[in-house]
Amino acid sequence: MHQHTLKELSVLLDKKEISSTEVTQALLERIETHEPTLNAMITVDNDGALEAAKHADAAINELGGTASAGKPLLGVPLIHKDIFCTEGVLTTCASHMLHNFKSPYDATVVERLRAQGTVMLGKANMDEFAMGSSNENSHFGAVGNPWQTDRVPGGSSGGSAAAVAAGYAPVATGTDTGGSIRQPAAFCGLSGIKPTYGRVSRYGMIAFASSLDQGGVLARSAEDCAYLLGPMSGVDPRDSTSVDQPVDDFVTALDGSGLSVTVDSSGDAPLNGVRIGVAAEYFSDGLDKAVATEVRQAISKLESLGASIVEISLPNQHLCIPAYYAIAPAECSSNLSRFDGVRYGHRCESPVDLEDLYKRSRDEGFGREVKRRILIGTYVLSAGYYDAYYLKAQKTRRLISDDFAEAFKSVDMIAGPATPTTAFARGSKTADPVSMYLNDLYTVSANLSGLPAMSIPCGFADGLPVGLQLVSNYFKESELLYVSHQFQQIDDSHQQRPRGFE
Amino acid sequence: MEWETVIGLEIHAQLATQSKIFSAAATAFGAEQNRQACAVDLALPGVLPVVNREVLAMAVRFALVTDAEIGRHSVFARKNYFYPDLPKGYQISQMNHPIVGTGSVEIVLGDGQRKTIGITRAHLEEDAGKSVHDEYSDFTAIDLNRAGTPLLEIVSEPDMRSAQEAVTYAKRVHSLVRYIGICDGNMQEGSFRCDANVSIRLKGDEKLGTRAEIKNVNSFRFLERAIEFEVERQREILESGGEVVQETRLYDADRDETRSMRSKEDANDYRYFPDPDLLPVEIDDAFIDAQRASLPELPEVKTARYISELGLADKDAITLAADKSTADYFESLIGAHAMPAKLSANWMLGELFARLNRDQLDIDDSPVDATAFAGLIARIEDNTVSGKTAKQVLDGMWDGKGSADDVIKAEGLQQITDTSAIEAMIDEVIAANPSQVAEYRAGKEKLLGFFVGAVMKASAGKANPGQLNQILKNKLSG
Repeated sequence: MHQHTLKELSVLLDKKEISSTEVTQALLERIETHEPTLNAMITVDNDGALEAAKHADAAINELGGTASAGKPLLGVPLIHKDIFCTEGVLTTCASHMLHNFKSPYDATVVERLRAQGTVMLGKANMDEFAMGSSNENSHFGAVGNPWQTDRVPGGSSGGSAAAVAAGYAPVATGTDTGGSIRQPAAFCGLSGIKPTYGRVSRYGMIAFASSLDQGGVLARSAEDCAYLLGPMSGVDPRDSTSVDQPVDDFVTALDGSGLSVTVDSSGDAPLNGVRIGVAAEYFSDGLDKAVATEVRQAISKLESLGASIVEISLPNQHLCIPAYYAIAPAECSSNLSRFDGVRYGHRCESPVDLEDLYKRSRDEGFGREVKRRILIGTYVLSAGYYDAYYLKAQKTRRLISDDFAEAFKSVDMIAGPATPTTAFARGSKTADPVSMYLNDLYTVSANLSGLPAMSIPCGFADGLPVGLQLVSNYFKESELLYVSHQFQQIDDSHQQRPRGFE
Repeated sequence: MEWETVIGLEIHAQLATQSKIFSAAATAFGAEQNRQACAVDLALPGVLPVVNREVLAMAVRFALVTDAEIGRHSVFARKNYFYPDLPKGYQISQMNHPIVGTGSVEIVLGDGQRKTIGITRAHLEEDAGKSVHDEYSDFTAIDLNRAGTPLLEIVSEPDMRSAQEAVTYAKRVHSLVRYIGICDGNMQEGSFRCDANVSIRLKGDEKLGTRAEIKNVNSFRFLERAIEFEVERQREILESGGEVVQETRLYDADRDETRSMRSKEDANDYRYFPDPDLLPVEIDDAFIDAQRASLPELPEVKTARYISELGLADKDAITLAADKSTADYFESLIGAHAMPAKLSANWMLGELFARLNRDQLDIDDSPVDATAFAGLIARIEDNTVSGKTAKQVLDGMWDGKGSADDVIKAEGLQQITDTSAIEAMIDEVIAANPSQVAEYRAGKEKLLGFFVGAVMKASAGKANPGQLNQILKNKLSG
């Protein structure tokens, strides 16, 4: 039951070969079995899930199926990253600060997927407030990577990634501020997509860095990403930064329809007409050799499918990490001010005065990495440093976007490694934040520029998955999904399962 | 030493929208605590602000009536500081790109001279909530009803040279924002608040003195007194060789003094930066044109019209036009109710205003509305009552005894205009006072007043004075 993709489950539910209750029950049991090893979940909502499954089954009976009713997600189980507010179920953001927080409302993403009849099994572990690349910064403990449980699953959507890789659910939501969907997808052998900034509403998604945060999907195939991303997408009047632009039909795009490049998916050259850029900057010194080999082979496979490979340059790539680590902390230092112990969340015992209330509530409520970033952010916004750091980082951000704009004049998408290495050992980078930050080397540029990007499995190095990153132009998620889907027709990396989780 | 006072004002005008600046919660005053605060106002995790378009329209209207630059591309910024009634830990305001740029308003000083006061900028921001310190002994309560209420902060140039000028300017802005319907101007409820930046310098000096900012002034009278107190305080410091400290001071109306709230050293570093949750606001020509088309006739245009078309005295025209509600009341009298302009103006500015002042009422809360007042003017106009009796009728109306006609009827105040009735009363008075008649006829014409008084008394004040005079003179001289 647990190895079905979303697409397969949808078909089985439609034909009533299985019920949502059966699947839900089976997955809840699987979660219970593996949680002691993985710790991928913060909250498992057994009762809520079974209730939702029961409703879904009733609806499927009433509608006479899911496909004919245009509701392919009806009865499909999923897991939400614990950054999305869910009415009545704890939303902790993996922080002691919110260990007791129950949201009185649903995030737009949650609301929209609920409306599709999905069944939420629970809330996935993550780095606290989405700050981290290893899921080691969680108040609820680190998460194991199903491929090697002493390795990290990546972060910050590490719980979502481990859960999907371990077969807890076919799909999970994630958020990506600097690579937080793509890096864990790469580390756990999953397909993960971060759409264009503004494609998915941020309402109810607890903010880390507002101008960079974007919700997305982790799944076991590009096809499943397409199924889930569609209903999540679209303008939301409650989020001014969501974009009022029609949402492509991502599912039909898998066969090449509706793309801005003309392709023929029926033949053996489905990528004929697709120009893929490869930037030398993505194959620099920091890149692990084995990873580089797998990624280059994947690019050759894209070429074998008919894509033309074009050398491009992203000259300001080396500025991404410094710019990101000024802007993201700046925004976070302000976004996290609301956690003050006054209205909800953690409050210290017996505060003597207001200052004591603030200081102790925040000191006790936030973990080390969150505090580090609040401090950095406060510093870069301070009088006298604002121009040198924040403003300069914003200018750098512009340069990085301009690099992409230039590149997209000659290519349709850019391919490269998603991460410099495969999943690293737990504890190996915790003492050195900068080496941890460098894990985002290839991913942050898509956040800084707002471009859609995806990571798909493309081989293994020492038994650990390697991720291929694809970045396309604004609102070209369909093209990312199409190319990924075509790649997955000739490559079986995405079908490999970690030992012990088959 | 001769000192010169320099004053600049920051006025916070609460915009009269139905809902808050970044949420759909209502803005009405006086609701039960925390009942008008939604998830966005509470700054729950995950919520986002969405700008209320109406506030943009209101800011543009203000720019249009102050000849101000309109910020075609304005940016909301976060002003970061911690306070329990500031739920997000930052206030959304505008910093580098306000929606209203440089403008000006003209004020008329006591001596009739006109002076232009520069407006530096006006920007949109959200109000904070309220900390309630006195309701519970062990803790402070927070009421977030006001959090997110839209404000337009109007910053003037330091162009004012006396407390009176500052008050005149503040009144002028108050009149304007009420005219264009963007603020109800209610100072008791805090809808219109002034902070005054006050400094003094030796006459002739170019350089500005060190200023103190006086906060929390919520009436024009307090504004004048706070500034006067502050000027005096600074003068004493400087004349005794001291130095004025740059600080924020609070005006205490009970003690009629300002006192230090915080000095510059305690000032927060607000770490302003553009709010990434809100896109820059782009204002186009069509939006501006629509706002321009919706502007009402402004006070100075009205004043000119009252003078030239209605023949009112300058001073009366200015007073009637200065306040929107007053002008509306007046225009209702002469428009819908077709009363003569001068008579209406005299009665409004005289008797109506006297009663409003006595009872400390706004014209909007007058117990006698324009329709009722027109009923009284009509009875004066058609001689049903004399001017003197009309005041008595107005008192009755003021006390809730009904319309002018109701009061006249109930109290039998109808004027006597029947010539024969008046003649009969005159005859009686003449017959009863033969010696005075003789004196009058011998040339002591001053005695006319005596006879008028006697007849008026006999008629219980109801004889038509014009007729009475005429007939009396005839009879006495006959």
